[in-house]
Amino acid sequence: MVLGCSLALPLVADEEGTDLGRYLIRRVLQFIPVFFGATFLIFALVFLMPGDPIRALSGDKPLAPEVVVALQERYHLDEPFYKQYAIYITNVFQGDFGSDFRGYPVRDLMLDRLPVTIRLALLAFLFEVVIGLTAGVVAGVRKGKFFDSLVLVSTLVVIAIPIFVLGFIGQIVFGVKLGWFPISGYREGWYSLMLPALVLASLSLAYVARLSRTSLVENLRADYVRTARAKGLSTSRVIGIHTLRNSLIPVVTYLAVDLGALMGGAIITETIFNLPGLGRAVFDAARAQEGAVVIGIATFLVIVYMIANLLVDVLYGVLDPRIRYE
Amino acid sequence: MSDTTPSDQPEGMSPDPSGEEPILYADTVDEYLPRDVVTAAGDESDQRERFRQSPGLDTELVDMTRTASLWGDAWRQLRRRPVFIISAVMILILVIISLVPGLFATHDPRDCNLIDSLLLPSSEHWFGTDLQGCDYYSRTLYGTRVSISIGIIVVFFITIIAVTGGSIAGYYGGVTDSIIGRITDIWFVIPTILGGIVILSVTRSRNIGTVSLVLIVLGWATLLRLVRSSVLAAKANDYVDAARVMGASNARIIIRHILPNAIAPVIIVSAIYIGVVIAAEAALSFLGVGLQLPAISWGLMIATAQQRIITAPYLLIFPGAFLSVTVFSFILMGDALRDALDPKLR
Repeated sequence: MVLGCSLALPLVADEEGTDLGRYLIRRVLQFIPVFFGATFLIFALVFLMPGDPIRALSGDKPLAPEVVVALQERYHLDEPFYKQYAIYITNVFQGDFGSDFRGYPVRDLMLDRLPVTIRLALLAFLFEVVIGLTAGVVAGVRKGKFFDSLVLVSTLVVIAIPIFVLGFIGQIVFGVKLGWFPISGYREGWYSLMLPALVLASLSLAYVARLSRTSLVENLRADYVRTARAKGLSTSRVIGIHTLRNSLIPVVTYLAVDLGALMGGAIITETIFNLPGLGRAVFDAARAQEGAVVIGIATFLVIVYMIANLLVDVLYGVLDPRIRYE
Repeated sequence: MSDTTPSDQPEGMSPDPSGEEPILYADTVDEYLPRDVVTAAGDESDQRERFRQSPGLDTELVDMTRTASLWGDAWRQLRRRPVFIISAVMILILVIISLVPGLFATHDPRDCNLIDSLLLPSSEHWFGTDLQGCDYYSRTLYGTRVSISIGIIVVFFITIIAVTGGSIAGYYGGVTDSIIGRITDIWFVIPTILGGIVILSVTRSRNIGTVSLVLIVLGWATLLRLVRSSVLAAKANDYVDAARVMGASNARIIIRHILPNAIAPVIIVSAIYIGVVIAAEAALSFLGVGLQLPAISWGLMIATAQQRIITAPYLLIFPGAFLSVTVFSFILMGDALRDALDPKLR
C-alpha cells in the first residue's frame, strides 16, 4: 500500500560497520528466496483460477481426446503444479514467459505494452520530483507561514482522495471543461500521458512534499546549521548547500522505491484513462482468466519492485555515511 | 476520562503545552515502581504516603494515575487539538451512519422506481436518483456501512497478525526472526491492488467477508515490519534487561514491558490504514473485482457513474465525496495520534 514511505528502512546504525560489497552480496542472497517465494505465490494464486485453458483454446468445437492429451503434454498441464512452476521459472530465465490463448508470446505482449507504462511512470516521477520537492522545500523553509499550511492541507486532501476519484475529477475539469488534455486514450508521444501521469503521481507527490518538508525542518534544527549560521553564511547557502543535502536523503530513497511502485500502481490509472500499458494488460488478463499473461506481468512487476527496494537499501547507505551496513 | 484541569497536577508532570517535544516515553515502567505513582520531584514514597493519609484525595490519586501514563499524556494533548476533535467527530458520525443508516436515510435504498431514473438533486431526492431510479442519498448513506465495516474488520485482523508476528520476530530474533522476515518479504513485494485483482477475479461470490479476507492476506506485511522494528527498539531499553534479570518470563516481558512501549506507532499506522483499506476496497469494487451488485458500495456506485460522467456528474461526486471524507477522517486521526503519541515522527 502507500505506507511504505518511512517504514522500509531496515538498516540499523551499527558501530561495527562492514563494507558495502559484503552487504550487497548478502542482500542479493536474501533477494533470491524472496524472488522464488513471490513468484511461486503468484503462480499458486493463478493456478487456483478455475477453467480449463484447453477448452478455452478450442472454443465451441470440442477437440479430439488425443489432441487434448497432446496439448496437455505440450503445455505440461498434466504435471503437478509445483513441477509446472519449476518448468515455468526455468523458461522465464531463458526469456520465455509462455504464450496467451491465441498463441501470442507473453514476452512480446509485455514488450508492446512496456513503453507506455515506462513513459507514464517516468512522467509521474518527474512530477513528483519537480512539484513535490519544490513544494516541500519551500514549505519547510517557510515553516508556519501561509504557504506551509497550504502545502500541509492540500497534500492531506490529495492523500485522502482515492486515485480513481481524482482521475475522474481530472477528466471532468481538464478534459471536459477546460479541454486542455485528451479525456482518455493514448496517442504517440508524451502529451496524452500528461494528465494520467499527474493523477498517478498525485499520492506520492503529496508524500514527497510532506517528507521533504519534515526532513528539512528537522535538519534546520541541527547543530551544524547553527554553526553555519554563526559563521555568517547567507541563508540561501545554509539551506541550499548545508541543509538540503542532508535532508534530501530520505526523500531520495523514497523516490527510488516509488519508481518501482509507480509501475505497479499504474493499473487503476491505465484503466481509467484507457492506456495500453502493462497495468491495463494485467487487469484485462485477470478478468479474462488468461493465466499466463497474469503470471508473466505480475512476475515482471514484482521483480521491478524488488530491485527498487534493493536499490533503496544500498542508496541509503551510500548517501548517509552515518548508516553502516550490518 | 476524568476532568483533570492542569492545575490539579504537581509541577513538572504536565508536559509543557507550548513545548516542541514533550517527552512521552518515560523510562519508568518499572515493575517495582507502580505506574500509578507520580514520580515527580521529591521522594515518591513520601508522596504516596501523603496521598494515603489525606482523606478525600483518593480520586485525585486516580486522576494522576492516568495522567502519568503515555496514554494519559496523549489524551490530554489530543483533546485540545482541533485536528483530533474534527476527525473524531467525523469518524463518530460515519460509524453511527454505518450502524443505523435507516435513521438518516429518506428512502429505502433498494426501493427504486424506473420512472424516477436520473433525476437531478431536489428536495425530494437530495442527491438525485441513479439510472434505476433509486434515491441516491439513501444509497450513499448505506454505502458507509460496507466501507466502515471492511476498514475496521481488515485493520483489526491485520493488527493482531502484525503485533503477534512482529513482536515474536523482534523479541526472539535469530532463526525465528529470519523465518518470519522472509515470509514477510515475500508478501511485502506483492502489490495490494495487483494481488487483489488476481485473487478476486477468480472468486465467484464476493462479499464483505471474502474482500476483507483478501485485503487482510495482502496487507499485513507492512505493519508487521513496523511492529518488529518498534519492538526491536523497545527491547534495547534497560528496563527490559531489568525485568529479565528479575526472572520475568518472555511472554510477560513482551506483553507487560515491550508492547506498551512499542505500540504507539502501530496505533498511528492502524488508524491511517483503516482509510487506506477503505480506499482499496472502493478501488477493487470500482474495477469490478470487489463487491458485486446488489451490494451497495461506493466503489460500485462510482464505477456505474463513470459511464455518465458528463451528463450526470453528481452520480460521481456524492459517493466520491463520501469516500474521500471517510478516508480523510482516518488519515487525519492518524496524524493527530502521531502528534500526540510520537512527536519524533512528526
